[in-house]
Amino acid sequence: MSLEHILKVENLVMHFGGIKALNDVTFNIKRGSVSALIGPNGAGKTTVFNCLTGFYKATGGDITLSAQNKETSVIKVLGEPFQATDFLSPFAFFRRLKYKMFGGSHLVNRAGLSRTFQNIRLFKEMSVVENLLVAQHMRANRSMLAGVLNTKSYQKSEEEALDRVFYWLGVVDLVDSANRLAGELSYGQQRRLEIARAMCTNPEIICLDEPAAGLNPSETEALTKMIRVLRDEHNTTVLLIEHDMGMVMDISDYIVVLDHGEVIAKGGPEDIRSNPKVIAAYLGAEEGEEVTL
Amino acid sequence: MDIVLQQLVNGLTLGSVYGLIAIGYTMVYGIIGMINFAHGDVYMVSAYITAIAIALLTFFGIESFPIIIIGTLFLTVAVTGAYGWVIERIAYRPLRNSSRLSVLISAIGMSLILQNYVQLSQGANQQGVPTLLSGALRFNVGDGFVQITYMKIFIIVASLIGMGVLTYIIQKTKLGRMCRATQQDRKMASILGINTDRIISIVFVIGATMAALAGVLITLDYGAFDFYVGFIIGIKAFTAAVLGGIGSLPGAMLGGLVLGLSEALFAGLISSDYKDVFSFSLLVLILIIRPSGLLGKPEVEKV
Repeated sequence: MSLEHILKVENLVMHFGGIKALNDVTFNIKRGSVSALIGPNGAGKTTVFNCLTGFYKATGGDITLSAQNKETSVIKVLGEPFQATDFLSPFAFFRRLKYKMFGGSHLVNRAGLSRTFQNIRLFKEMSVVENLLVAQHMRANRSMLAGVLNTKSYQKSEEEALDRVFYWLGVVDLVDSANRLAGELSYGQQRRLEIARAMCTNPEIICLDEPAAGLNPSETEALTKMIRVLRDEHNTTVLLIEHDMGMVMDISDYIVVLDHGEVIAKGGPEDIRSNPKVIAAYLGAEEGEEVTL
Repeated sequence: MDIVLQQLVNGLTLGSVYGLIAIGYTMVYGIIGMINFAHGDVYMVSAYITAIAIALLTFFGIESFPIIIIGTLFLTVAVTGAYGWVIERIAYRPLRNSSRLSVLISAIGMSLILQNYVQLSQGANQQGVPTLLSGALRFNVGDGFVQITYMKIFIIVASLIGMGVLTYIIQKTKLGRMCRATQQDRKMASILGINTDRIISIVFVIGATMAALAGVLITLDYGAFDFYVGFIIGIKAFTAAVLGGIGSLPGAMLGGLVLGLSEALFAGLISSDYKDVFSFSLLVLILIIRPSGLLGKPEVEKV
């Protein structure tokens, strides 16, 4: 359990057949920071996110999430194949068997990490409120019998869930649309709803995949404010992928730059802005040529 | 006139049972996009368990109808639900990430296994259960009369209650919300912390329970069954699910009713020999006019 770093990615490797999408990616994310993952198109940013959230199972390396007072290895909870040494130690054997049988990407979310998608993935045929209620299922009374009989404790937990829903709708400014279908909302509203839904799972770290894509400048500004609210009022660590450099430089404390599946630079906004490697990656440079801005 | 009314009542009973079984097809299709061909055989298994449960209960000297029926329902639903869970666990889950075709073949295999296993263990002969609830209501209509047996009333009421409870669970409870979320986007649901494998298991159990309810009701009404009853009723219920729009829960119930009613009316008014021909022709006709079924949503291709 590391107090300083909420997320540690070590030597992450991801291969799709013969294509090396990620090659030895290493970075740490500080608790309570806003960090950004940037890089040219096809650099592997979304692949990193997919590995972090258990959407893909990484080919190699380690991802350690220190949240909710425990350490979770994202790759282990997805279920790994048995190894010869497991048959010597019953403890290791049963842990592996457990994750093989009951593991999956839902455990990553339950360990305190949640995410949004570049292409919005709301439950389009459910109402806005239901989208946020679904995300809270871990918190409340989950017994089916209680639901059918509509017991007191069930009603109470539903009410609390609804309160939380309206709190988050207030934060993302969607209270007026509460009972509309999620699919009917405008693009910008859907983006905000997706962030609210991710926050409803009560994460300690939220990964936003291009949250500002397709937003106009005033919406982007509102988003920037909202991300600050997430960090300052909810102690949530934010990790985002973004192409809007103005926004990235504005809100990030820490930036990781990826190119061709490798980390080419890490550091604060100022270091990144003046890093020749980063500039070369973005603008293109001949071998050995130094580019300055 | 009397024959039309009589066939309407018969059709309503038949239709509600088709609807109950169709629920299993439609929910499974909705959540993992496969046709569970073993579902008809789950129904068949529930017919055998009904007989075993009745035999057990009478063996212990229980005579009163309400206790026998509740005991039978409880036992059958529990055991058949367990069958549904086990089938999903051993035949479908290992193939979760493979092509749709392999799951389909696995389902057909499961169907054959169930049929042959029941045939081997219970014998190939027709089996029967005693009539538990006899008597009927009679209404005079014109020159003739319409007869509604108490058993038919019981079937309609029990199916409606079953469908009502299920609709409530799916629409109003937390579990239902999780099922709908998983149905719309399984990967996203799991990113939100929903254990989708567990939800899929639950859907199979729900489907099996509804089939078990239908199995108890039909077995008590008809009295006779063998290891092959699941086939034709499974195909009919599948037709009902497609008719109503596969993937849609109210669609399955409506499809069942439409199929049952039209089949009964055709059998009563025109020819009972050709009733299956008629019901499948109806399916073809509806699919030509509305390819996505009565209540199904047409898939919109995004450009």
